[in-house]
Amino acid sequence: MRYLAICLSALCSAILISFPLQAYEIEGQHRFGPDDANRVLRIISTADVDILEPLMTLYLKGQPDVAIDYTLVSSGELMTAIADEGAQFDLALSSAMDLQIKLANDGFSAVHESSATDLVPEWGNWRNHVFAFSQEEASIVVSPQAFAGLPMPRDRQELINILRRHPERFAGRVATYDLRQSGTGYLFATQDARTTETFWRLMEVMGSLDAQLFCCSGVMIEAVSRGDLAVAYNVLGSYARAREDLADSIAVIDPADITSMMLRTAILLKGANEDALARSFIDHLLRSAWGADTVPEYPFYKWHLDRSEAAAATKPIRLGPGLLVFLDAQKRKRFLRAWLAAIKQE
Amino acid sequence: MTEIPQSSGSLSRRLTLQLMSGAAILATMLYFVVLNVARDLAETSQDNILFASATAILEATSVQGEEVEVDIPYGALSMLGNVSDDRVFYRISVADTFLTGYRDLPQDPQENGAGSRYFTDTYKGESVRAITVMRRISLNAQAADVAVTVAQTRTGQMATVARMSQVALISGAGFFTVAAVLAVLTARSAIRPLNRLAGSVSRRGPKDMRPVIGPVPSEMVPLVTSLNRFMARLKTSLTRSEDFIAEAAHRVRTPLATVRTQAEVLLRRVDREENRHSLREMIRAIDESSRAAGQLLDHAMVTYRTDHLERERIDLAELVRELVARLQPVAELKDLTLVADLEGDAWLHGDAILIQNAVRNILDNAIKYSPRERKITVSVKRDGESINLQVTDEAGGFPTEGSALLTERFARGQNSAGTVGSGLGLTIAKEVAEAHGGSLILNNTKDGGGACVTLQFV
Repeated sequence: MRYLAICLSALCSAILISFPLQAYEIEGQHRFGPDDANRVLRIISTADVDILEPLMTLYLKGQPDVAIDYTLVSSGELMTAIADEGAQFDLALSSAMDLQIKLANDGFSAVHESSATDLVPEWGNWRNHVFAFSQEEASIVVSPQAFAGLPMPRDRQELINILRRHPERFAGRVATYDLRQSGTGYLFATQDARTTETFWRLMEVMGSLDAQLFCCSGVMIEAVSRGDLAVAYNVLGSYARAREDLADSIAVIDPADITSMMLRTAILLKGANEDALARSFIDHLLRSAWGADTVPEYPFYKWHLDRSEAAAATKPIRLGPGLLVFLDAQKRKRFLRAWLAAIKQE
Repeated sequence: MTEIPQSSGSLSRRLTLQLMSGAAILATMLYFVVLNVARDLAETSQDNILFASATAILEATSVQGEEVEVDIPYGALSMLGNVSDDRVFYRISVADTFLTGYRDLPQDPQENGAGSRYFTDTYKGESVRAITVMRRISLNAQAADVAVTVAQTRTGQMATVARMSQVALISGAGFFTVAAVLAVLTARSAIRPLNRLAGSVSRRGPKDMRPVIGPVPSEMVPLVTSLNRFMARLKTSLTRSEDFIAEAAHRVRTPLATVRTQAEVLLRRVDREENRHSLREMIRAIDESSRAAGQLLDHAMVTYRTDHLERERIDLAELVRELVARLQPVAELKDLTLVADLEGDAWLHGDAILIQNAVRNILDNAIKYSPRERKITVSVKRDGESINLQVTDEAGGFPTEGSALLTERFARGQNSAGTVGSGLGLTIAKEVAEAHGGSLILNNTKDGGGACVTLQFV
């Protein structure tokens, strides 16, 4: 009897291991490369698949026995999948820098060092665990139509002045991320609060204009292009600039006082099944991002090669334990309370 | 035969080894001291920043109504990232109830509810350095302890220690190398006066009994004093014995002359052949004794004069000419031809009496060993810097074996049997030559028919 019980429990656990209870929400699953590939690199990512597809295709070229399994999730779900549910992936790519740092800090990542990691600037590499492979600007997207007859704002102070002077024109037509929903929005807002003095004033001005709150950059960009919105604050400039079809109906402004740069980061997950593949994929990403050669498949703007004035005002958000501060439940609670008080003004 | 004393090991090696082992001990101590200091320093600097971080968090703790709220300053955690890329953990609890941070992070609360305490523990599989700081606050009219624990992994600290230990190792090794070189040099310089003394004593001529007067280190003064005293005693004793020999020879020679005269008078009177033969033997023996006494006197005189060498300008050619003239009668007794082969003047600085004595002894030998009707040639020739006085005879040459020993006192060649002599002749010549900085060279002529004795003055 006892043997049977042991056998049964062993069987149960075997089943549990092979089919783990999946509680995190998947937004999309994609597979690249041959179906009968011997090796499958499992990537969990927050980046839309079409952004990274060319790079992945480039990577798979000349490796007939390798395929990539690409799981698209939100940044919060990525954290849940790895930290809470122990989902089996080889690589995590995310725009949520704070969560990536937390994963690395809490010991879910593995160290990686190669000639490619040497290319990464010092601020883009945290203890050889977290590697930045893009810089994306937090921009102000405006509708040129809405600003007809008005000067275009160049920084936050000018935006505040214009909004204050023309409340009738902008009432109900200003927007930003809903920090309660969006990790990227929360990251940008907390960095703004830390690095600029004008952030809270801007939030109050926007609150007085009945600011609209959105989940994602894409929606805001489209709303601006339709003319529904006049100003969308802290929108991913990389997304806005990528929409060439909307180039005439939107204007993208990188605040001249300071433009926070979000870094998309990659971490090698501890206990990766395809450790070698994961490492070579990270190297591939980093070479495309930081190498001197132009890689047409690389989807992001290479700000580090830009010597213009606009690039001089950019400031990459610092990777490091400081990012853990805003993940603290108490801190988040207080910050959101203050922010809601400003933006909602109820 | 010189006895080589048993060596008890090298003084300089012992000194070097002792200095070097001292240096090795010091270098090792240096290494460990630097390592300890580095470890302390690295730990202290991490502790300081942990303290700053924890204090900043504690100060951001406030009571809002009935709850404790913490507004962790950005700098509190980012400052930890400024010093090293280490993992950072924190935990805040109020009255033993977890408030925020890492729930299972170990903490080290104090009883009195205030102050700070550092500790080292393991968290999430890595060694961490941590601090718990506490403050007592009033919550709902009750005292509650707020405990803030901040922990950081020690990779950066370990890297600093590793780097410092490398520096310590290099400086220790460098220190040892320098000290070792200095040890060798020190040992050498310490031993140098000893070597100098040994050299100056061993370089001395066999008769140089002057005291050592050069400056020596104070430790060596007793040794040198004893050495000088010993040499003085030796010199006195040598002088005394030479004086004694000279006195004895002198005292013997005069009566011998009387005895010889008497023996010759007697020979003329005695007719019986066997008695005449005995008398002749007697005269011969007296001659030999007299000659030996003469040479002993000569030798004593040479010894004395070489000790107090008086140098004056003399013409060697003139000296030889006179001597040849003086010895001509003796040579004629044996029908020998004595030829002086002189090339002009040959001036040198020296003691005329000594040189005359030396040349006479060489010529005496040549005359003595030559069979009748042979030729003896004395030549004086300049050869560059040196003046060579050469006596060549046709007496069959030196025996091939042991000719180097001929200049030793009382040594006589194998062919000397039946010839009157004491064995001091060549010794005197050699000592005179050496006293003048020259040398005595013994050869046989090329055809092997005779000996060739050269007095070389440089």
